Amino acid sequence: MGELLKVDQLQIKFRSEQGETVSVEDVSFTIRHGETMAIVGESGCGKSVTSLAIMGLLGAGGTIAKGSVRFQDTNLASLPERQLRKLKGSQMSMIFQEPMTSLNPVMTIGRQIEEAVRLHLKSPRKTARRLAIDMLRKVGIPRPESIAKAYPHVLSGGMRQRVMIAIALICQPKLLIADEPTTALDVTIQAQIIELMKSLQEETGTAILLVTHDLGVVAAMADQVAVMYAGQIVEAADVYTLFRSPRHPYTQGLLNSIPRLDGGKGQRAPAIPGQVPSLREMPAGCRFHPRCPYAKDRCRERQPRLSFAGEEHQVRCWLAESEELESASASDDQRRKSVAL
Amino acid sequence: MQIERLSTHYPVRGAFLSRRDKAVKAVDDVSLTLYEGETVGLVGESGCGKSTLGRTIIRLEQSSGGRIRFEGRDITHDPPKKLIPARMRMQMIFQDPYASLNPRMRIVDTLSEPLLVHRLVERHEIRREVDRLLALVGLPSSAGNRYPHEFSGGQRQRIGIARALSFRPKLLVCDEPVSALDVSIQAQILNLLQDLQEELTLTYLFIAHGIGAVKQISKRVAVMYLGKIVELAGTEELFRRPRHPYTQLLLNAYPPPDPAYRRKQSRVILHGDIPSPANPPAGCRFHTRCPYAQQRCRVETPHLSEKEHAVACHYPLA
Repeated sequence: MGELLKVDQLQIKFRSEQGETVSVEDVSFTIRHGETMAIVGESGCGKSVTSLAIMGLLGAGGTIAKGSVRFQDTNLASLPERQLRKLKGSQMSMIFQEPMTSLNPVMTIGRQIEEAVRLHLKSPRKTARRLAIDMLRKVGIPRPESIAKAYPHVLSGGMRQRVMIAIALICQPKLLIADEPTTALDVTIQAQIIELMKSLQEETGTAILLVTHDLGVVAAMADQVAVMYAGQIVEAADVYTLFRSPRHPYTQGLLNSIPRLDGGKGQRAPAIPGQVPSLREMPAGCRFHPRCPYAKDRCRERQPRLSFAGEEHQVRCWLAESEELESASASDDQRRKSVAL
Repeated sequence: MQIERLSTHYPVRGAFLSRRDKAVKAVDDVSLTLYEGETVGLVGESGCGKSTLGRTIIRLEQSSGGRIRFEGRDITHDPPKKLIPARMRMQMIFQDPYASLNPRMRIVDTLSEPLLVHRLVERHEIRREVDRLLALVGLPSSAGNRYPHEFSGGQRQRIGIARALSFRPKLLVCDEPVSALDVSIQAQILNLLQDLQEELTLTYLFIAHGIGAVKQISKRVAVMYLGKIVELAGTEELFRRPRHPYTQLLLNAYPPPDPAYRRKQSRVILHGDIPSPANPPAGCRFHTRCPYAQQRCRVETPHLSEKEHAVACHYPLA
């Protein structure tokens, strides 16, 4: 499948009263048609900022300082505002964490869905209404005709997120950016929304850029995964490789610190010590070295590049390049792999 | 702590012209015993009443029925003055430590205020006591001179724990103590809570919707649905052999951190939303969403069995 979105060496800066901060640096990835790519990381790692930059929603203080975002071979930065607006909402759309704050409370649900159709597809009102009701049915809203006439406050959180998905997908976009789409929902509702997004994707072939901190959601949905830490991608691979044989100590630490339901009884979770560095006091060398159990002198002095550790498996770590890294979660599979490398 | 048939109802004004005022039964007829030094996990979806239960047992909410016994004494109807000594021995940790710390007070002032008010520590010894509390939760003494905004989420939660420990309590109600934290920090806080429990023989009621954390820390787990406990069992037993259909579906809903599981299309998911606690379904409250519901479930309310693995279901799973 061909490339749909190509993000190349993206650097994002924010200007504030205290000066300039670089919140995302050297981020590159590609999303192919129909594929789900996940960006995963902790708060402040730059994952949401990256997705906002793609949609051109950085706001007043933020700018793309370097690099490019290409959507279907068009550089989005070079497009005039009018054309960009056309693209947004029809070709690429976005859903957010808190559906209540993104829905208009004084506008009926039907109207909000119709709005997108009428604006982008130029459909007459009647057709738009019919499409909106069909879409509500598709996202699993019971009694779509009467819900279309209702206001958002009558719906539960899960139902509101379904409405958001309906709005985002009604113009059949090629790319859906989902920023923590299930984080505010109960886990039983989260499971429903994940199933819904997967089945709609199968039907429409929409590519999804999933931004989340939840590795469980990543495992359930993603094809490709990029792990971000302190504004950089530290590891990128297909979902199976990433979960089976993570090479970056941070990825390993993240995977290990999830308390598992199927594991043994109440043992202690191996925690990653320390905390995420602030953007203003980024450590020299590898940004993870103060928390890394394997850090060597070289890690404290020089910043590692994102380099290939296998076919389509990239790691930003000095030790992953050599054999010094004793994997914390070494499976046989992984050992064989590192020997082969 | 023993809780017997405890209920917490909130009155709701009936609609205009309607005669009857209704009540939201946030907690309805719940019995539970917490033994010294153990952790009981409490799980359920939002709105199931788990936080209300936690707040009611330490009397932050007034119960509408039932009894609460703490260290052998009935405290259900203690007037505020009389409650003070017991209250000091029951403390709470909240989800968002930032919202529960005064942003204009230095940490040392936040931690020493209650101790000075209750005259538990002399003024000239207060700094030493604060340092002891900070050390207990793994923070340096210098942290005392700083303000809440200077700390990260995980550190703030440590401060919240230090404050809860300042009265040397026996029982801690932890209401979603790690839900707002990043995964890598969650594990740090859970480990800290476990260490403190061992060191100080604390009893925890650990309320969370994140089941992984509950599993790590709890000895027993109670599952709540619409104000009632539907299942209560030892942690391992509950996870290995859930007997209530709700428990089974709730556990199923957690996506395991392993992409291999998604091929298993057989994953049954729970449909629909949690009904309103103002107007819970008759019979078994779960019957509207239960895949196994039968006629009896719609009429007759099941009671929590009095076994070691207790379940409130007419047709429990094998």
